[in-house]
Amino acid sequence: MERKELTCIGCPMGCQITVELEHGEILSVKGNTCAIGDKYARNEVLHPERTVTSTVVVDGGDKPRVSVKTAGNIPKDRIFDCMKEIDAVRVQAPVRIGDVMIENVVDSGVNVVATRNISAVG
Amino acid sequence: MIYDVIIIGAGVTGAAVARELSRYDAEVCVLEKGEDVCSGTSKANSAIVHAGYDCQPGSLMAKMNVRGNEMMGDLARDLDIPFERNGSFVVCTIESEFGGIEDLYQRGLKNGVPGMKILNREEALAMEPNLSDNTVGALYATTAGIICPFRLNIAMAEHANVNGVDFRFNTAAEKLTRDEDGIWHIRTNNGEYKTRAIVNAAGVYSDVFHNMVADRKIHITPRRGDYMLLDKTVGGHVKRTIFPQPTKYGKGILIAPTIHGNLFIGPTAIDLDDKEATATTQEGLTQLIERGETCVKNVPYRSVITSFAGLRAHEDGHEFVLGEVTEAPGFFDCAAIESPGLTSSPAIGEYTAGIISDKYGFKKKENWIPTIKNVLNPANLSIEERNELIKKEPAYGRIICRCESISEGEILDAIRRPLGARSLDGIKRRTRAGMGRCQAGFCSPRVMEILHEELGLPYEEITKRGGTSNIVLERTKGTNGGEA
Amino acid sequence: MISYDIVIIGGGPAGLAAAVSAREAGVDKILILERDKELGGILNQCIHNGFGLHTFKEELTGPEYAWRFIEKVLEAKIEYRLDTMVMDISEDRVVTAMSKNDGMYQIKAGAVILAMGCRERPRGALNIPGYRPAGIFSAGTAQRLVNIEGYMPGREVVILGSGDIGLIMARRMTLEGAKVKVVAELLPYSGGLKRNIVQCLDDFGIPLKLSHTVVDIEGREHVSAVTIAAVDENRKPIPGTEERYTCDTLLLSCGLIPENELSKKAGVEMSRITSGPVVNESLETNVPGIFACGNVLHVHDLVDYVSEEAQRAGANAAKFVLAGGTEAPKGHVVELKAESGARYTVPSTIDIDRMDDLLTVRFRVGDVYKDSYVSVYFDDERVMHNKKRILAPGEMEQIILQKKKLAEIKDLKTITIKIEAE
Repeated sequence: MERKELTCIGCPMGCQITVELEHGEILSVKGNTCAIGDKYARNEVLHPERTVTSTVVVDGGDKPRVSVKTAGNIPKDRIFDCMKEIDAVRVQAPVRIGDVMIENVVDSGVNVVATRNISAVG
Repeated sequence: MIYDVIIIGAGVTGAAVARELSRYDAEVCVLEKGEDVCSGTSKANSAIVHAGYDCQPGSLMAKMNVRGNEMMGDLARDLDIPFERNGSFVVCTIESEFGGIEDLYQRGLKNGVPGMKILNREEALAMEPNLSDNTVGALYATTAGIICPFRLNIAMAEHANVNGVDFRFNTAAEKLTRDEDGIWHIRTNNGEYKTRAIVNAAGVYSDVFHNMVADRKIHITPRRGDYMLLDKTVGGHVKRTIFPQPTKYGKGILIAPTIHGNLFIGPTAIDLDDKEATATTQEGLTQLIERGETCVKNVPYRSVITSFAGLRAHEDGHEFVLGEVTEAPGFFDCAAIESPGLTSSPAIGEYTAGIISDKYGFKKKENWIPTIKNVLNPANLSIEERNELIKKEPAYGRIICRCESISEGEILDAIRRPLGARSLDGIKRRTRAGMGRCQAGFCSPRVMEILHEELGLPYEEITKRGGTSNIVLERTKGTNGGEA
Repeated sequence: MISYDIVIIGGGPAGLAAAVSAREAGVDKILILERDKELGGILNQCIHNGFGLHTFKEELTGPEYAWRFIEKVLEAKIEYRLDTMVMDISEDRVVTAMSKNDGMYQIKAGAVILAMGCRERPRGALNIPGYRPAGIFSAGTAQRLVNIEGYMPGREVVILGSGDIGLIMARRMTLEGAKVKVVAELLPYSGGLKRNIVQCLDDFGIPLKLSHTVVDIEGREHVSAVTIAAVDENRKPIPGTEERYTCDTLLLSCGLIPENELSKKAGVEMSRITSGPVVNESLETNVPGIFACGNVLHVHDLVDYVSEEAQRAGANAAKFVLAGGTEAPKGHVVELKAESGARYTVPSTIDIDRMDDLLTVRFRVGDVYKDSYVSVYFDDERVMHNKKRILAPGEMEQIILQKKKLAEIKDLKTITIKIEAE
């Protein structure tokens, strides 16, 4: 049996939740004080996911970087692989908010998109 | 080439000597180990122009203090230095020690200090309502003042420079030798310099250079002083500089307005071995809080915006060491300059340049430029004048430092003027950008951008104050992060 | 002198929302003055997500959230001037501004909305001893350098303060390749959101040390090490608990201070608790026609509440202008008080005759309270008693007052918010 400890992010209470698992099946969720905690814990243990935000290098823009995000969540354990792809990308200004910077990052089915506008200069 | 005079140190003393020597037809150079003038003790002190009542009568300290104070008004006018004779109080808070105030008064008379008065409790409190409830009386010295210590130092250096004195920064003197022709060789990290005369204005290191050449050794203890600077909103807590009665450790912890309208508390007096140990300590900061209220009540410590420490060059004999070293002809000391060193600097410059020019028979220049201007402060202009200025130089219309209202124009002036700023601290000391209540949080990226554009410095090479004090390390995104 | 109906000082989230709502309320001549080179304020550097859940029911990043409002300002053709610093505001609402292009000029404003935001508490104000080397940044300055300018301050980082910006920067620096060694927090609890503690620290194994502070900074030119120590209940370092971390960067996230220098020049009365203006139900200051909203009024933790508050300020400023710039007659004014654990309220007074049907009153508590009650008293009578599982200083609380209920009580003088154990 495997045991995982986590802090609930549902509200400022920050309940310390213990999840017991066996063969990828959840046996019990303890320590939460409401239903939000139960749901959070089950998701977080079985399919932890995160949105990654960072910046991408821009050439010929009024700023040297454009802020970006994964348009949806990606698996938590792929965050640093995702960053490698983000760091390697280079785009040309202008950039519009929502422009796709990377398609299907780390084979997650999720795109990395620009979150601001960058004007071209010079 | 062989210089006539090389000055070691571009602090306030070195700059004062350089300025006085610039009156003569002589080849003069200043060697400074820092990246800018005013980067040692001169940048971290009480910024007070002392009246001169507490120096030992007959000492060089007394003489230089009183003369320096006397010179300061004209100097401030000629070199455009913010200065005000706000007066000072030495406050007695213990009835039985009131005699000490009378003693100070008498000493002041012996030293030739004009404009002193002894005040009783009521008179003192009427002038300074925030004095301690225990106030017994005070010595009031009308000639005491407050000054911008950065501008005093920088202005004298700039003035020397526009009148022909060379400055070499990032150049640390390491070894002094005198050849058979009587020429001094100064080995530095940047090659060798030759000169007929050396002026030792090396601050806390002045004992090192003195002891290289002199038989009678001196010993300097770096005596740290911690300070706190408070917000301008509480700058009016006192109008004059308020000292407690002096003790053997010095003049005690003073509370004063600064010339720019902040409130200032300090210094402590903590003796150290390390000549670079300008770190404040918990102990020091606690002392400022515990002892700061000896003479002034309700000190608004909540409004502190920064604290820092400076090192006084305290010599065992507690006296300035000035003049030529007999056994080392051509080596002139301006050593052991501790408080009242800032006040005394113009007088030390006058005295030292005097004995050097007499010895070498320097002739006065005919085309000596007598005055210079500070970085223009547009805050003193009317809207119409300001618009005239912005029309000519649009950079004056863009505020970079919001706390002190410093414009891009002022920062560009600080970079472009003689001995211009090369670092964030250099700009701060010339313009006050970054010296306000947010302590450069807002303006530092913007000032970096200006330094980058004006000097062509890559961001990674922009420093806080030279050396390895780089602000940023590298671009994000690794090797992909550079320009196309 | 040029004149506008409403001049808004600051083009961040508060200023933008205020402008849009003032226009919707029918005011034509509106001008936003912004000191940066673009609209959006601090949101432009807050590139992380988590904004807008209340306002747009979706998770946006800071620049995206700002853009939603910027688009509305552009669509409504509201005038704005960038790279423009406001130098002064007078009591009779003459705004003095300056820029490279326009020089220094004055604007007569029918109403002024203060929306200048806040700044970070610097190292100096924290009395941290040690050297003063390069490598010490407020978290927001580092955020700008990393996210906008694209520069890394360093590679090994210690963070003092667990406010949200500090937590967010811990993750940002980690993602950009730095090693964040520890986050020290002076208080026994973090002021940051739980979500940020989990996703910015726990996700990357960054330790959070509560009741710890920095007691020494080493490095004469550049930061080389930082020592932290545990603190006692008086927040004094406990000797013997020191831990030294070699690092090249110290980030400070130790609190935000509303930026009210201009407000003070205009004669606006300040609250000692919030460091922001004292306002009435219309978010109007003691100076008629000068309104305040957003972080200049009191520091918020959610931008959604800033937008909502700013919309009210914009609508109320519009009402003032459309009424000819004169004060509506004073009606029945009651005072709002925060007691026993509640630290302040915004607003501070309510004119029952002038208030909207529903009025949101926001407040903060001074400590962490579990299973306690937020109670509201009309004079001595308790009229609300809401159980809360947790109340924390980092989380802004609110109650909603009904005009109808207030109007029922004839001599109502004071409304008091208290935190009660039972």
